[in-house]
Amino acid sequence: MSLEERGVPTVAVHTNVFARLARATALAAGMPRARQVFLPQPVVGVSPGELRNYIHGNDKVTGRPFVQEVIEGLTRPLDEDDLKGATFERSTPRLLEPDTEENLHELFIRNRWTDMLPVVLPTQERVERMLKGTSHAADKIVGKLRPTAFREFWEFDVEKVAVNAVMAGARPEYFPVILAMAASGQTARSSSTNSFATISIVNGPIRNEIGMDSGIGVMGPYNHANATIGRAYGLLSQNLQGGSVPGESYMGTLGNWYAYTACLPEAEERSPWEPFHVQHGFKPTDSTVSIFFGGWYTHAGQGPRETWQSLLIRTLVATDHYLPPFLVMDPVAARDFEKLGFSKQALIDWCAQNAKLPARDYWDNQWIQTLMHPLAVAGVEPYASKLKAKPEELVTLFQPEDINIIVAGGETQGFWKIFGGRYGGRGPGAPATTTGKAAPATLSVDAWR
Amino acid sequence: MHDPRGYPPKVTGKRLAPRLTSLDGKVVYLVDCQFDNSDAFMEQMRQWFAEHLPNVKTRIIETRESWVDDPEMRAKVEADGDAAILGVGL
Repeated sequence: MSLEERGVPTVAVHTNVFARLARATALAAGMPRARQVFLPQPVVGVSPGELRNYIHGNDKVTGRPFVQEVIEGLTRPLDEDDLKGATFERSTPRLLEPDTEENLHELFIRNRWTDMLPVVLPTQERVERMLKGTSHAADKIVGKLRPTAFREFWEFDVEKVAVNAVMAGARPEYFPVILAMAASGQTARSSSTNSFATISIVNGPIRNEIGMDSGIGVMGPYNHANATIGRAYGLLSQNLQGGSVPGESYMGTLGNWYAYTACLPEAEERSPWEPFHVQHGFKPTDSTVSIFFGGWYTHAGQGPRETWQSLLIRTLVATDHYLPPFLVMDPVAARDFEKLGFSKQALIDWCAQNAKLPARDYWDNQWIQTLMHPLAVAGVEPYASKLKAKPEELVTLFQPEDINIIVAGGETQGFWKIFGGRYGGRGPGAPATTTGKAAPATLSVDAWR
Repeated sequence: MHDPRGYPPKVTGKRLAPRLTSLDGKVVYLVDCQFDNSDAFMEQMRQWFAEHLPNVKTRIIETRESWVDDPEMRAKVEADGDAAILGVGL
Protein backbone atom coordinates (compact mmCIF):
# COMPACT_ATOMS: atom_id res chain seq x y z
CA MET A 1 0.00 0.00 0.00
CA SER A 2 3.01 2.28 0.44
CA LEU A 3 3.69 1.95 -3.28
CA GLU A 4 0.10 2.94 -4.11
CA GLU A 5 0.53 6.09 -2.03
CA ARG A 6 3.61 6.88 -4.09
CA GLY A 7 1.69 6.59 -7.34
CA VAL A 8 2.64 3.04 -8.36
CA PRO A 9 -0.39 0.90 -9.25
CA THR A 10 -0.07 -2.34 -7.34
CA VAL A 11 -1.66 -5.75 -7.05
CA ALA A 12 -0.99 -7.87 -3.97
CA VAL A 13 -1.05 -11.65 -4.30
CA HIS A 14 -2.29 -13.67 -1.31
CA THR A 15 -3.61 -17.17 -0.79
CA ASN A 16 -7.33 -17.58 -0.29
CA VAL A 17 -7.24 -18.52 3.40
CA PHE A 18 -5.90 -15.02 4.10
CA ALA A 19 -8.70 -13.23 2.23
CA ARG A 20 -10.57 -11.91 5.29
CA LEU A 21 -7.33 -10.90 6.98
CA ALA A 22 -6.01 -9.16 3.84
CA ARG A 23 -9.22 -7.22 3.38
CA ALA A 24 -9.49 -6.25 7.03
CA THR A 25 -5.88 -5.03 6.92
CA ALA A 26 -6.53 -2.93 3.81
CA LEU A 27 -9.66 -1.44 5.38
CA ALA A 28 -7.82 -0.50 8.59
CA ALA A 29 -5.10 1.09 6.46
CA GLY A 30 -7.70 3.32 4.77
CA MET A 31 -7.42 1.57 1.43
CA PRO A 32 -10.28 -0.93 1.31
CA ARG A 33 -10.23 -1.03 -2.49
CA ALA A 34 -6.56 -2.04 -2.68
CA ARG A 35 -6.29 -4.59 -5.47
CA GLN A 36 -5.85 -8.08 -4.06
CA VAL A 37 -5.84 -11.39 -5.90
CA PHE A 38 -5.98 -14.84 -4.37
CA LEU A 39 -4.18 -18.07 -5.19
CA PRO A 40 -5.09 -21.46 -3.76
CA GLN A 41 -3.38 -22.39 -0.51
CA PRO A 42 -0.60 -23.51 -0.22
CA VAL A 43 2.25 -21.88 -2.09
CA VAL A 44 4.90 -23.32 0.23
CA GLY A 45 6.17 -26.67 -0.99
CA VAL A 46 4.40 -26.42 -4.36
CA SER A 47 6.32 -27.25 -7.57
CA PRO A 48 6.91 -24.68 -10.33
CA GLY A 49 4.47 -26.58 -12.53
CA GLU A 50 1.73 -26.38 -9.93
CA LEU A 51 2.43 -22.67 -9.44
CA ARG A 52 2.07 -22.21 -13.19
CA ASN A 53 -1.29 -24.01 -12.98
CA TYR A 54 -2.33 -21.58 -10.24
CA ILE A 55 -1.51 -18.70 -12.62
CA HIS A 56 -3.52 -20.29 -15.42
CA GLY A 57 -6.41 -21.03 -13.04
CA ASN A 58 -9.00 -18.87 -11.38
CA ASP A 59 -8.73 -16.44 -8.49
CA LYS A 60 -9.82 -18.58 -5.53
CA VAL A 61 -12.03 -15.85 -4.12
CA THR A 62 -13.66 -14.22 -7.13
CA GLY A 63 -13.67 -17.27 -9.40
CA ARG A 64 -12.46 -15.13 -12.32
CA PRO A 65 -9.27 -15.95 -14.26
CA PHE A 66 -6.29 -15.12 -12.05
CA VAL A 67 -4.24 -13.29 -14.69
CA GLN A 68 -7.29 -11.28 -15.73
CA GLU A 69 -7.68 -10.12 -12.13
CA VAL A 70 -3.99 -9.18 -12.02
CA ILE A 71 -4.02 -7.22 -15.27
CA GLU A 72 -7.31 -5.47 -14.53
CA GLY A 73 -6.02 -4.64 -11.08
CA LEU A 74 -3.27 -2.60 -12.72
CA THR A 75 -5.24 -1.16 -15.65
CA ARG A 76 -8.96 -0.86 -14.84
CA PRO A 77 -9.77 2.84 -14.34
CA LEU A 78 -10.48 3.92 -10.79
CA ASP A 79 -14.00 4.80 -9.75
CA GLU A 80 -15.17 7.33 -7.18
CA ASP A 81 -14.81 4.94 -4.23
CA ASP A 82 -11.25 4.07 -5.23
CA LEU A 83 -10.28 7.72 -5.26
CA LYS A 84 -11.65 8.72 -1.91
CA GLY A 85 -10.35 5.84 0.16
CA ALA A 86 -12.07 5.29 3.47
CA THR A 87 -11.83 7.73 6.34
CA PHE A 88 -13.79 6.84 9.45
CA GLU A 89 -13.71 7.04 13.20
CA ARG A 90 -14.11 3.92 15.29
CA SER A 91 -14.84 4.01 18.95
CA THR A 92 -15.48 1.60 21.76
CA PRO A 93 -17.74 2.65 24.63
CA ARG A 94 -16.55 2.70 28.21
CA LEU A 95 -19.70 0.97 29.42
CA LEU A 96 -22.12 -1.51 27.88
CA GLU A 97 -25.89 -1.31 27.93
CA PRO A 98 -27.30 -2.91 31.10
CA ASP A 99 -28.62 -6.45 30.66
CA THR A 100 -29.09 -9.67 32.57
CA GLU A 101 -26.02 -11.60 33.70
CA GLU A 102 -26.90 -14.46 31.36
CA ASN A 103 -27.29 -12.16 28.36
CA LEU A 104 -24.05 -10.35 29.12
CA HIS A 105 -22.14 -13.63 29.32
CA GLU A 106 -23.63 -14.54 25.95
CA LEU A 107 -22.67 -11.13 24.52
CA PHE A 108 -19.05 -11.55 25.63
CA ILE A 109 -18.86 -14.98 23.99
CA ARG A 110 -20.63 -13.83 20.80
CA ASN A 111 -18.26 -10.86 20.45
CA ARG A 112 -15.23 -13.12 21.08
CA TRP A 113 -14.16 -11.10 24.11
CA THR A 114 -13.41 -14.28 26.08
CA ASP A 115 -11.07 -17.26 25.72
CA MET A 116 -14.24 -19.40 25.60
CA LEU A 117 -13.91 -20.32 29.26
CA PRO A 118 -16.26 -18.56 31.70
CA VAL A 119 -15.15 -15.05 32.67
CA VAL A 120 -15.90 -12.82 35.62
CA LEU A 121 -18.13 -10.03 34.29
CA PRO A 122 -16.33 -6.66 34.66
CA THR A 123 -18.85 -4.69 36.69
CA GLN A 124 -17.97 -1.14 37.69
CA GLU A 125 -17.60 -2.26 41.29
CA ARG A 126 -15.16 -5.05 40.40
CA VAL A 127 -13.13 -2.81 38.12
CA GLU A 128 -12.96 -0.14 40.84
CA ARG A 129 -11.62 -2.79 43.22
CA MET A 130 -9.00 -3.91 40.70
CA LEU A 131 -7.86 -0.31 40.21
CA LYS A 132 -6.93 -0.17 43.90
CA GLY A 133 -4.08 -2.57 43.04
CA THR A 134 -2.08 0.26 41.48
CA SER A 135 -1.26 3.87 42.32
CA HIS A 136 -1.65 4.89 38.68
CA ALA A 137 -4.68 6.84 37.49
CA ALA A 138 -7.39 4.92 35.65
CA ASP A 139 -7.00 7.07 32.55
CA LYS A 140 -3.21 6.79 32.32
CA ILE A 141 -2.25 5.39 28.93
CA VAL A 142 -0.44 2.07 29.39
CA GLY A 143 0.55 1.27 25.83
CA LYS A 144 -0.45 -0.07 22.45
CA LEU A 145 -0.79 -3.56 21.03
CA ARG A 146 -1.46 -5.13 17.65
CA PRO A 147 -1.69 -8.74 16.51
CA THR A 148 1.10 -8.50 13.95
CA ALA A 149 3.47 -6.01 12.37
CA PHE A 150 1.20 -5.14 9.44
CA ARG A 151 -1.89 -4.30 11.54
CA GLU A 152 -2.73 -1.02 13.24
CA PHE A 153 -1.98 -0.37 16.92
CA TRP A 154 -4.84 -0.01 19.40
CA GLU A 155 -4.26 2.03 22.55
CA PHE A 156 -5.46 1.42 26.10
CA ASP A 157 -5.39 2.89 29.59
CA VAL A 158 -5.10 1.46 33.10
CA GLU A 159 -8.86 1.02 33.42
CA LYS A 160 -9.09 -1.07 30.25
CA VAL A 161 -6.36 -3.36 31.57
CA ALA A 162 -8.27 -3.62 34.87
CA VAL A 163 -11.41 -4.69 33.00
CA ASN A 164 -9.56 -7.60 31.43
CA ALA A 165 -7.82 -8.49 34.69
CA VAL A 166 -11.24 -8.77 36.33
CA MET A 167 -12.48 -10.98 33.52
CA ALA A 168 -9.53 -13.34 34.05
CA GLY A 169 -10.39 -13.70 37.74
CA ALA A 170 -7.26 -11.92 38.94
CA ARG A 171 -7.04 -10.18 42.33
CA PRO A 172 -6.07 -6.50 42.78
CA GLU A 173 -2.70 -7.43 44.31
CA TYR A 174 -1.73 -9.11 41.01
CA PHE A 175 -2.54 -5.98 39.01
CA PRO A 176 1.01 -4.46 38.85
CA VAL A 177 2.29 -7.66 37.18
CA ILE A 178 -0.57 -7.57 34.67
CA LEU A 179 0.02 -3.87 33.92
CA ALA A 180 3.71 -4.57 33.27
CA MET A 181 2.73 -7.28 30.78
CA ALA A 182 0.26 -4.93 29.09
CA ALA A 183 2.94 -2.22 28.87
CA SER A 184 5.39 -4.58 27.15
CA GLY A 185 4.16 -3.91 23.61
CA GLN A 186 4.29 -7.67 23.09
CA THR A 187 0.95 -9.27 22.31
CA ALA A 188 0.10 -12.66 23.76
CA ARG A 189 -2.29 -13.13 20.82
CA SER A 190 -0.11 -12.97 17.74
CA SER A 191 -2.06 -13.58 14.54
CA SER A 192 0.83 -15.59 13.06
CA THR A 193 0.08 -18.84 11.25
CA ASN A 194 2.66 -20.38 13.59
CA SER A 195 0.30 -20.46 16.57
CA PHE A 196 2.46 -18.49 18.96
CA ALA A 197 1.81 -18.10 22.67
CA THR A 198 3.70 -16.17 25.30
CA ILE A 199 5.22 -17.69 28.42
CA SER A 200 5.95 -15.25 31.24
CA ILE A 201 8.38 -15.54 34.15
CA VAL A 202 7.92 -13.51 37.34
CA ASN A 203 10.94 -12.67 39.49
CA GLY A 204 11.60 -10.76 42.69
CA PRO A 205 9.66 -10.10 45.89
CA ILE A 206 6.27 -9.72 44.17
CA ARG A 207 6.15 -13.51 43.72
CA ASN A 208 5.84 -14.12 47.43
CA GLU A 209 3.84 -10.98 48.17
CA ILE A 210 0.98 -12.15 45.97
CA GLY A 211 1.24 -15.84 46.76
CA MET A 212 2.63 -17.22 43.51
CA ASP A 213 3.94 -20.77 43.84
CA SER A 214 7.15 -21.98 42.18
CA GLY A 215 6.82 -25.48 43.66
CA ILE A 216 4.83 -28.60 42.85
CA GLY A 217 2.73 -28.17 39.73
CA VAL A 218 4.16 -24.72 38.97
CA MET A 219 2.99 -24.92 35.36
CA GLY A 220 -0.33 -26.59 36.17
CA PRO A 221 -3.76 -25.45 37.41
CA TYR A 222 -2.77 -25.26 41.08
CA ASN A 223 -2.06 -21.66 42.00
CA HIS A 224 -4.53 -18.80 41.69
CA ALA A 225 -1.99 -16.06 40.93
CA ASN A 226 0.04 -18.12 38.43
CA ALA A 227 -3.12 -19.13 36.58
CA THR A 228 -5.04 -15.86 36.47
CA ILE A 229 -2.10 -13.57 35.71
CA GLY A 230 -1.25 -15.64 32.64
CA ARG A 231 -4.89 -15.70 31.60
CA ALA A 232 -5.22 -11.94 32.06
CA TYR A 233 -2.29 -11.37 29.68
CA GLY A 234 -4.06 -13.36 27.00
CA LEU A 235 -7.45 -11.70 27.46
CA LEU A 236 -6.05 -8.17 27.60
CA SER A 237 -4.00 -8.85 24.47
CA GLN A 238 -6.93 -9.99 22.37
CA ASN A 239 -9.34 -7.29 23.55
CA LEU A 240 -7.00 -4.31 23.73
CA GLN A 241 -5.42 -4.95 20.31
CA GLY A 242 -8.79 -5.12 18.55
CA GLY A 243 -9.48 -8.83 18.56
CA SER A 244 -8.15 -12.30 17.95
CA VAL A 245 -10.71 -13.78 15.60
CA PRO A 246 -9.92 -16.89 13.54
CA GLY A 247 -9.57 -16.07 9.84
CA GLU A 248 -9.60 -12.33 10.46
CA SER A 249 -7.07 -11.44 13.13
CA TYR A 250 -5.85 -14.91 14.15
CA MET A 251 -4.34 -17.35 11.66
CA GLY A 252 -2.55 -19.91 13.87
CA THR A 253 -3.14 -23.14 12.05
CA LEU A 254 -3.13 -25.40 15.13
CA GLY A 255 -3.66 -22.88 17.91
CA ASN A 256 -1.79 -23.16 21.17
CA TRP A 257 -2.90 -24.41 24.58
CA TYR A 258 -0.32 -22.17 26.26
CA ALA A 259 -2.45 -19.26 25.04
CA TYR A 260 -4.96 -20.00 27.83
CA THR A 261 -2.43 -19.21 30.51
CA ALA A 262 1.34 -19.59 30.82
CA CYS A 263 2.96 -17.69 33.68
CA LEU A 264 5.26 -18.99 36.38
CA PRO A 265 7.50 -17.58 39.11
CA GLU A 266 11.14 -18.59 39.26
CA ALA A 267 12.18 -20.62 42.32
CA GLU A 268 14.91 -18.14 43.17
CA GLU A 269 15.39 -19.32 46.77
CA ARG A 270 15.96 -22.93 45.68
CA SER A 271 18.03 -22.29 42.56
CA PRO A 272 21.82 -22.75 42.59
CA TRP A 273 22.11 -19.97 40.03
CA GLU A 274 21.35 -16.26 40.01
CA PRO A 275 17.75 -15.29 39.27
CA PHE A 276 16.77 -14.64 35.67
CA HIS A 277 16.06 -10.93 36.18
CA VAL A 278 19.44 -10.39 37.87
CA GLN A 279 21.11 -11.88 34.79
CA HIS A 280 19.41 -9.11 32.86
CA GLY A 281 20.50 -6.16 34.93
CA PHE A 282 17.90 -5.93 37.68
CA LYS A 283 18.57 -6.07 41.41
CA PRO A 284 17.41 -9.12 43.40
CA THR A 285 15.01 -6.82 45.25
CA ASP A 286 13.39 -5.65 42.00
CA SER A 287 10.19 -7.30 40.88
CA THR A 288 9.93 -8.06 37.17
CA VAL A 289 8.14 -10.06 34.55
CA SER A 290 9.99 -11.51 31.56
CA ILE A 291 8.22 -12.51 28.38
CA PHE A 292 9.07 -15.35 26.02
CA PHE A 293 7.35 -15.38 22.64
CA GLY A 294 6.87 -18.86 21.26
CA GLY A 295 5.38 -21.95 22.84
CA TRP A 296 5.63 -24.03 19.68
CA TYR A 297 7.26 -27.14 21.12
CA THR A 298 7.77 -28.84 24.45
CA HIS A 299 10.35 -31.53 25.10
CA ALA A 300 11.20 -33.10 28.43
CA GLY A 301 13.77 -35.22 30.18
CA GLN A 302 15.36 -36.09 33.50
CA GLY A 303 18.81 -35.69 34.73
CA PRO A 304 21.66 -35.23 34.40
CA ARG A 305 21.88 -39.02 34.28
CA GLU A 306 24.76 -41.04 32.80
CA THR A 307 23.80 -40.30 29.18
CA TRP A 308 22.60 -36.72 29.77
CA GLN A 309 24.77 -35.28 27.03
CA SER A 310 23.26 -37.53 24.38
CA LEU A 311 19.74 -36.87 25.68
CA LEU A 312 20.18 -33.11 25.74
CA ILE A 313 21.68 -33.04 22.25
CA ARG A 314 18.89 -35.23 20.84
CA THR A 315 16.31 -32.99 22.45
CA LEU A 316 17.84 -29.73 21.25
CA VAL A 317 18.27 -31.05 17.73
CA ALA A 318 14.61 -32.15 17.70
CA THR A 319 13.40 -28.60 18.31
CA ASP A 320 12.12 -26.40 15.51
CA HIS A 321 15.33 -24.44 15.34
CA TYR A 322 13.78 -21.19 14.16
CA LEU A 323 12.58 -20.74 17.71
CA PRO A 324 15.35 -20.97 20.32
CA PRO A 325 14.89 -23.09 23.42
CA PHE A 326 14.38 -22.04 26.97
CA LEU A 327 14.68 -24.63 29.69
CA VAL A 328 12.57 -24.77 32.81
CA MET A 329 14.57 -26.91 35.18
CA ASP A 330 13.51 -28.39 38.49
CA PRO A 331 15.87 -27.29 41.31
CA VAL A 332 16.94 -30.93 41.74
CA ALA A 333 18.18 -31.08 38.14
CA ALA A 334 19.72 -27.60 38.35
CA ARG A 335 21.69 -28.51 41.48
CA ASP A 336 22.88 -31.73 39.84
CA PHE A 337 24.16 -29.78 36.85
CA GLU A 338 25.89 -27.44 39.24
CA LYS A 339 27.56 -30.41 40.96
CA LEU A 340 28.92 -31.37 37.53
CA GLY A 341 30.55 -27.95 37.47
CA PHE A 342 28.09 -26.06 35.31
CA SER A 343 27.20 -22.47 35.95
CA LYS A 344 24.01 -21.43 34.17
CA GLN A 345 26.04 -19.73 31.45
CA ALA A 346 28.35 -22.73 31.07
CA LEU A 347 25.36 -24.99 30.52
CA ILE A 348 23.91 -22.55 27.98
CA ASP A 349 27.26 -22.44 26.17
CA TRP A 350 27.41 -26.25 26.15
CA CYS A 351 23.94 -26.42 24.58
CA ALA A 352 24.85 -23.84 21.93
CA GLN A 353 28.08 -25.62 21.03
CA ASN A 354 26.62 -29.12 20.84
CA ALA A 355 23.24 -28.67 19.18
CA LYS A 356 24.17 -29.16 15.52
CA LEU A 357 22.64 -30.35 12.29
CA PRO A 358 23.94 -30.77 8.73
CA ALA A 359 23.63 -27.43 6.91
CA ARG A 360 21.14 -28.95 4.47
CA ASP A 361 18.80 -29.88 7.34
CA TYR A 362 19.30 -26.52 9.01
CA TRP A 363 18.25 -24.58 5.91
CA ASP A 364 15.39 -26.93 5.05
CA ASN A 365 13.09 -25.24 7.54
CA GLN A 366 10.32 -22.93 6.39
CA TRP A 367 11.07 -20.16 8.86
CA ILE A 368 14.82 -20.42 8.66
CA GLN A 369 14.41 -20.19 4.90
CA THR A 370 11.93 -17.32 5.04
CA LEU A 371 13.46 -15.21 7.78
CA MET A 372 17.12 -16.16 8.15
CA HIS A 373 18.04 -16.85 4.53
CA PRO A 374 17.63 -13.19 3.46
CA LEU A 375 19.91 -12.21 6.35
CA ALA A 376 22.48 -14.81 5.26
CA VAL A 377 22.42 -13.49 1.70
CA ALA A 378 22.92 -9.98 3.08
CA GLY A 379 26.05 -11.17 4.90
CA VAL A 380 24.65 -11.11 8.43
CA GLU A 381 26.44 -13.53 10.77
CA PRO A 382 26.13 -16.26 11.91
CA TYR A 383 23.69 -17.01 9.08
CA ALA A 384 26.11 -16.06 6.29
CA SER A 385 28.67 -18.65 7.46
CA LYS A 386 25.99 -21.30 7.75
CA LEU A 387 24.94 -20.59 4.18
CA LYS A 388 28.52 -21.12 3.02
CA ALA A 389 28.72 -24.53 4.74
CA LYS A 390 28.60 -27.65 2.59
CA PRO A 391 25.30 -29.57 2.80
CA GLU A 392 26.74 -32.32 5.05
CA GLU A 393 28.75 -29.93 7.23
CA LEU A 394 27.45 -29.64 10.78
CA VAL A 395 26.33 -26.16 11.80
CA THR A 396 25.21 -24.96 15.21
CA LEU A 397 21.51 -24.28 15.63
CA PHE A 398 21.55 -21.60 18.31
CA GLN A 399 23.68 -18.78 19.62
CA PRO A 400 24.32 -18.77 23.40
CA GLU A 401 22.40 -15.50 23.73
CA ASP A 402 19.31 -17.20 22.25
CA ILE A 403 19.14 -19.88 24.98
CA ASN A 404 17.70 -19.27 28.44
CA ILE A 405 17.29 -21.28 31.64
CA ILE A 406 14.72 -20.78 34.40
CA VAL A 407 14.60 -22.79 37.63
CA ALA A 408 11.18 -23.85 38.98
CA GLY A 409 9.43 -26.96 40.20
CA GLY A 410 8.49 -28.98 43.25
CA GLU A 411 11.62 -31.17 43.59
CA THR A 412 9.63 -34.38 43.38
CA GLN A 413 12.11 -35.40 40.66
CA GLY A 414 14.96 -33.97 38.61
CA PHE A 415 12.80 -33.08 35.62
CA TRP A 416 13.31 -30.44 32.96
CA LYS A 417 11.30 -29.17 30.04
CA ILE A 418 12.42 -27.31 26.96
CA PHE A 419 10.06 -24.82 25.36
CA GLY A 420 10.37 -22.89 22.13
CA GLY A 421 10.55 -19.30 23.25
CA ARG A 422 12.31 -16.21 22.02
CA TYR A 423 13.15 -13.91 24.92
CA GLY A 424 10.99 -10.80 24.50
CA GLY A 425 10.13 -11.70 20.94
CA ARG A 426 13.56 -10.58 19.78
CA GLY A 427 14.89 -11.81 16.49
CA PRO A 428 13.87 -12.05 12.87
CA GLY A 429 10.14 -12.21 12.34
CA ALA A 430 9.30 -10.85 15.76
CA PRO A 431 6.34 -8.50 15.86
CA ALA A 432 7.38 -4.86 15.94
CA THR A 433 6.34 -2.62 18.81
CA THR A 434 5.26 1.01 18.68
CA THR A 435 8.90 2.01 18.48
CA GLY A 436 9.59 -0.38 15.63
CA LYS A 437 12.08 -2.19 17.87
CA ALA A 438 11.75 -5.53 19.64
CA ALA A 439 9.56 -5.55 22.73
CA PRO A 440 11.33 -5.05 26.07
CA ALA A 441 12.06 -8.51 27.36
CA THR A 442 12.05 -7.98 31.13
CA LEU A 443 9.73 -5.35 32.56
CA SER A 444 9.62 -3.69 35.93
CA VAL A 445 6.58 -4.64 37.99
CA ASP A 446 7.53 -2.03 40.59
CA ALA A 447 6.88 0.72 38.04
CA TRP A 448 3.21 -0.30 38.06
CA ARG A 449 2.61 -0.63 41.81
CA MET B 1 -20.67 -3.26 32.87
CA HIS B 2 -17.40 -2.28 31.21
CA ASP B 3 -16.52 -2.82 27.56
CA PRO B 4 -13.20 -4.77 27.47
CA ARG B 5 -11.90 -3.45 24.16
CA GLY B 6 -9.09 -0.96 23.63
CA TYR B 7 -9.24 2.27 21.66
CA PRO B 8 -8.89 1.89 17.87
CA PRO B 9 -7.09 4.52 15.83
CA LYS B 10 -8.91 6.75 13.37
CA VAL B 11 -8.70 5.36 9.86
CA THR B 12 -7.56 7.89 7.29
CA GLY B 13 -8.49 7.10 3.72
CA LYS B 14 -5.74 6.83 1.13
CA ARG B 15 -6.20 7.11 -2.61
CA LEU B 16 -5.16 4.36 -4.94
CA ALA B 17 -2.59 5.27 -7.59
CA PRO B 18 -3.92 6.08 -11.05
CA ARG B 19 -4.14 2.93 -13.17
CA LEU B 20 -2.28 2.41 -16.42
CA THR B 21 -4.23 2.48 -19.67
CA SER B 22 -2.25 -0.53 -20.85
CA LEU B 23 0.71 -2.62 -19.73
CA ASP B 24 2.19 -2.49 -23.23
CA GLY B 25 5.80 -1.31 -23.05
CA LYS B 26 5.58 -0.75 -19.32
CA VAL B 27 7.94 -1.97 -16.60
CA VAL B 28 6.19 -4.21 -14.07
CA TYR B 29 8.15 -5.11 -10.97
CA LEU B 30 7.48 -8.56 -9.57
CA VAL B 31 8.20 -8.09 -5.88
CA ASP B 32 9.27 -11.29 -4.13
CA CYS B 33 8.28 -10.73 -0.52
CA GLN B 34 10.60 -13.58 0.53
CA PHE B 35 7.96 -15.87 1.89
CA ASP B 36 9.02 -19.49 1.37
CA ASN B 37 8.58 -20.34 -2.35
CA SER B 38 7.44 -16.85 -3.38
CA ASP B 39 10.60 -16.64 -5.50
CA ALA B 40 9.39 -19.65 -7.47
CA PHE B 41 5.96 -18.05 -7.89
CA MET B 42 7.42 -14.79 -9.17
CA GLU B 43 9.62 -16.68 -11.62
CA GLN B 44 6.48 -18.35 -12.98
CA MET B 45 4.81 -14.95 -13.25
CA ARG B 46 7.84 -13.65 -15.15
CA GLN B 47 7.67 -16.59 -17.56
CA TRP B 48 3.93 -16.11 -18.02
CA PHE B 49 4.41 -12.47 -19.01
CA ALA B 50 7.28 -13.40 -21.36
CA GLU B 51 5.09 -15.93 -23.12
CA HIS B 52 1.76 -14.14 -23.18
CA LEU B 53 2.53 -10.41 -22.98
CA PRO B 54 6.08 -10.09 -24.31
CA ASN B 55 5.78 -6.32 -24.62
CA VAL B 56 5.59 -6.01 -20.86
CA LYS B 57 9.01 -5.64 -19.26
CA THR B 58 9.11 -7.56 -15.98
CA ARG B 59 11.80 -7.30 -13.34
CA ILE B 60 11.96 -9.49 -10.25
CA ILE B 61 13.04 -7.69 -7.11
CA GLU B 62 13.34 -9.04 -3.57
CA THR B 63 12.50 -7.28 -0.35
CA ARG B 64 15.39 -7.00 2.07
CA GLU B 65 13.67 -9.29 4.57
CA SER B 66 10.34 -11.01 4.92
CA TRP B 67 7.60 -8.83 6.45
CA VAL B 68 9.90 -5.88 6.94
CA ASP B 69 9.34 -2.58 5.15
CA ASP B 70 12.06 -2.00 2.59
CA PRO B 71 12.32 1.69 1.61
CA GLU B 72 15.17 1.00 -0.81
CA MET B 73 13.10 -1.52 -2.72
CA ARG B 74 10.14 0.87 -2.78
CA ALA B 75 12.31 3.72 -4.03
CA LYS B 76 13.67 1.58 -6.85
CA VAL B 77 10.22 0.43 -7.94
CA GLU B 78 8.92 3.99 -7.78
CA ALA B 79 11.85 5.34 -9.79
CA ASP B 80 12.12 2.66 -12.47
CA GLY B 81 8.75 0.94 -12.58
CA ASP B 82 5.26 1.64 -13.86
CA ALA B 83 3.44 -0.99 -11.77
CA ALA B 84 4.09 -3.72 -9.24
CA ILE B 85 2.82 -7.16 -8.36
CA LEU B 86 3.67 -8.17 -4.80
CA GLY B 87 3.53 -11.61 -3.27
CA VAL B 88 3.07 -14.03 -1.86
CA GLY B 89 1.58 -13.51 1.54
CA LEU B 90 1.01 -10.55 3.79
